Amino acid sequence: MATNDVIYGINGPVVTVRNTRTFSMMEMVYVGDSRLVGEIIGINDKLTTIQVYEETTGLKPGDPVYGTGTPMNVLLGPGIIDNIFDGIERPLKAIEEQSGSFISRGASVSSLDLDKYWNVKIKVKVGDRLDGGAIYATCPETAIIEHRFMVPPNLSGTVTKVEPNGKYRLMDTIVTLKDDKGEEHELTLCQKWPIKTARPCLNRLPATVPLITGQRVIDTMFPISKGGTAAIPGGFGTGKTMTQHQLAKWCDADIIVYVGCGERGNEMSQVLDEFSELIDPKSGRPMTDRTVLIANTSNMPVAAREASIYTGLTLAEYYRDMGYHVAIMADSTSRWAEALREISGRLEEMPAEEGFPAYLPSRLSEFYERAGRVDTLGGGEGSVTIIGAVSPQGSDFSEPVTQNTKRFTRCFWALDKSLAYSRHYPAINWMDSYSEYFTDLDPWFRDNLGEDFIKYRNMITAILHEESTLMEIVKLIGSDVLPDEQKLVIETAKAIRVGFLQQNAFHSDDTFVPLQKQKLMMKAILHLYSKAKHIIAAAIPISSIMDLGLFERLAKMKYDIPNSKPELFDELINDIDNALATLTN
Amino acid sequence: MILDYVGVKEINGSLIVLDDVENVSNEEMVDIRLSNGTVRHGRIVQIEGKRVVVQVFEGTKSISLDNTRTRLKAHPMELALAPEIMGRVFNGVGTPIDGLGDVYPVKKADVNGTPMNPVSRVYPRNYINTGISTIDTLTTLIRGQKLPIFSGSGMKHNELAVQLVRQAKISDGEDNKFGIVFAAMGVKNDVADYFRRSFEESGVLSRVVMFLNLANDPIIERTLTPRCALTAAEYLAFECDMHVLVIMTDMTSYAEALREFSSSKGEIPGRKGFPGYLYSDLASLYERAGMIKGSKGSVTQIPILTMPNDDITHPVPDLTGYITEGQIVLDRQLEGQGFYPPVSVLPSLSRLMKDGIGEGYTRADHQPLANQLFAAYARVQDARSLASVIGEEELSPIDKKYIEFGKLFEQYFVNQGYSENRSIEQSLNLGWKLLSTLPRTELDRVDDELLDKYYITDKEQLNFSAINNSPEKNDDDV
Repeated sequence: MATNDVIYGINGPVVTVRNTRTFSMMEMVYVGDSRLVGEIIGINDKLTTIQVYEETTGLKPGDPVYGTGTPMNVLLGPGIIDNIFDGIERPLKAIEEQSGSFISRGASVSSLDLDKYWNVKIKVKVGDRLDGGAIYATCPETAIIEHRFMVPPNLSGTVTKVEPNGKYRLMDTIVTLKDDKGEEHELTLCQKWPIKTARPCLNRLPATVPLITGQRVIDTMFPISKGGTAAIPGGFGTGKTMTQHQLAKWCDADIIVYVGCGERGNEMSQVLDEFSELIDPKSGRPMTDRTVLIANTSNMPVAAREASIYTGLTLAEYYRDMGYHVAIMADSTSRWAEALREISGRLEEMPAEEGFPAYLPSRLSEFYERAGRVDTLGGGEGSVTIIGAVSPQGSDFSEPVTQNTKRFTRCFWALDKSLAYSRHYPAINWMDSYSEYFTDLDPWFRDNLGEDFIKYRNMITAILHEESTLMEIVKLIGSDVLPDEQKLVIETAKAIRVGFLQQNAFHSDDTFVPLQKQKLMMKAILHLYSKAKHIIAAAIPISSIMDLGLFERLAKMKYDIPNSKPELFDELINDIDNALATLTN
Repeated sequence: MILDYVGVKEINGSLIVLDDVENVSNEEMVDIRLSNGTVRHGRIVQIEGKRVVVQVFEGTKSISLDNTRTRLKAHPMELALAPEIMGRVFNGVGTPIDGLGDVYPVKKADVNGTPMNPVSRVYPRNYINTGISTIDTLTTLIRGQKLPIFSGSGMKHNELAVQLVRQAKISDGEDNKFGIVFAAMGVKNDVADYFRRSFEESGVLSRVVMFLNLANDPIIERTLTPRCALTAAEYLAFECDMHVLVIMTDMTSYAEALREFSSSKGEIPGRKGFPGYLYSDLASLYERAGMIKGSKGSVTQIPILTMPNDDITHPVPDLTGYITEGQIVLDRQLEGQGFYPPVSVLPSLSRLMKDGIGEGYTRADHQPLANQLFAAYARVQDARSLASVIGEEELSPIDKKYIEFGKLFEQYFVNQGYSENRSIEQSLNLGWKLLSTLPRTELDRVDDELLDKYYITDKEQLNFSAINNSPEKNDDDV
């Protein structure tokens, strides 16, 4: 491929070309003889600016720049699930085969395996009219995920030729479509889509179905809906990554896209290790059968870090369009924002707050708005839920990324340093966090768990709030001076904190707790609370209630009562009644 | 044809600008010969057509517009590597300064390294026994981890680092092939000397590679010192199959050198004047720790940084904490009370600990015990803050117990001698002994089975004076 466009200037990952009219904005280009991947990010009549997704060491002025004519895009087709990609959808395993344990530059590998045969089942026949998003064939991608091949959204027409069912490779044509202008289009097992453009859907659905995570503090206190958005802000060591891992393991989405954006390499290898060993209780298959990993570790090129978030999102939308519920974990969006800042600095743009570019809020909102539960073009229902970790500088939630994220997400799970210090995990602070989905989800909870669930949840919240007010007093004068009713509130709140909110990710039962058990746990705590309240009203001192050891039993019920035996809660409540009866007799 | 470019166009801080340069590549090395015969080294950092910006490692002092001849070397910055670098001393850019001549290279490597492929990484699981109770029990160091020490000026971080080097044992006992790479960035001559002496005393000097950029050495060299050190470490680990411990001190000086260089390039500053890419830059160093499949060696990093004004939210400790797998935080108050090592337990953390301890690694009760110690000690802080308001006398009986536990914990668990090497069993048992001073019902992070096994009900046995290891301490602290 010959080109007249050559490098003029180099500054870190930013490369400029002079006097060219060849390129268009956001076009993907190859830079230099080793063909480093780059993207056009600025054009004027003198200079065209390219951000290069790989290290620019060794590039020279005069090296060629090749255009591709299309924006930065990803290849969508079977083979995405159970794979691990870098920020621009290059499979890391294939890169390893090509260049060893360290990633060399200009690695050119196909995103998906071109030679693998897939067992394709055709769903259409000659003469069928197909619109964008219609499913024309399927194949099993992993043991639990069926890949559905869809007509690209902007295409429609009549089927003129169909291959029989059988084994096909990625680039083989299986269906031919004639559009209204009479042009023929060959449909293969894959399609391309630009990463910065949202894939279209028919219409958006309201947020009325929760994403069940099995994490008590989330499901009960601050639930998220399918198609919702949540932010997890927290300083280092507060457990952002741990929480993301827990959600990725246990939430009831069909597919998980985990984007390690500018984070630690060892964490990615941990995810790889753990997820392949962990068996999904619903399907009995390894977690990797429903997981896609995108790893752009912090030492990989910064421009690709910016792209990794969009790559993940595009893959998620592709599976959403097939009719799956997809959850995307972005760890961490702050690193992505920093990548924006770094590139913006290289372009010498005017900075806004703390050196971040002025377009930070609009980029964040564009990103989070791609979440949603939708009717797909193909006629199904799918969703993309975005859960983004935020790493605030200096653990200060007033910094720009946290503040702007807060505006565009409806769940805010604030991680707290002092909770993390005392190893209260998940360290989600119940006073600072919120979920705007609670009212939207209210009918679902009522229908599926009964009126009680909401009632219990509100009572628990009220007790925690009362405790926090009381603690202000306790901090000044100690708890001894409080009247017994207030001491009971403090003791009950402690039982809620230790027994309910705290959850042990390493315990085989406690790592995932079904909603029914969550409800019964709340019931047991509130039962003791209301009974004890009556007893205290009868002038029996709280110390004698404390001596019964009931609060300790509540603190340990999460371990003592297995998930599979909810009937044991009746026993627990019975025991509470019997023990308290000894006091009143 | 090798061309010399005569003179420079512009000088700004440590940068010089050359014009009409042909055939130059990004990050290429250059030699700058001054008219008085001295040679300086530099690197291309920016190219705009034929105008190139060169970073001069040794500084631009006495360079004028006309007195230089610059020659392009046609390769990026490389470090000469051979197994013989063990025991040698280099300056910040990898030139030998011990008078033993150049290293005959087996291999030359780009000091910037290349990112490790995440799928090639081995998830670190083998713990390193450091013989220090607080670290082994509560923030376990794992082979292949990066675990920084957050300290402040005047605290005993250097002693701690030396003790770690001296006592560190790998659990499976194959410690015959270990090496230490020591990178000093902007530290005082005394400090570098202290490390050298300590390595000598503990008989490991022949296994140490030193890269020294002292406080009065050029800052541009300082920005390259950790890169050279890590390149050497990666070579020893992944090509010579050694377990390499990299000690880098002081990362704050490194970051400040980076800031100085960045501002002389006229870049837009981020927080506290540090460049916006400080995170990526630090990550490109810290991420070079780890293990890879198919190689027996490992790179473990212990960076040391002094927090300016003991402020953990300062950009350098803050960003470091986001990249590294935990941190060991030293506390001035503990240091002031004479406790060594002054490890502040609550903010200290080891992220890789959970998978490298427990059954088959240390002992099955390790994780629950650690959780309980953390929870109890956090409660101590609450009790103390309450006591500071209402006085210790007015505390509830249980809070008083916690105060007592806190004192014992600091006195016996945190505090340990500079030369005392505790086995993991000793540390864990001491932890249980301390917890046994609290009522059993308070221990809600451990299950009954473990309590039955380890909780000491016989209060007679809770005698701590036997393990008092700091004779110089006053008894009235107890």
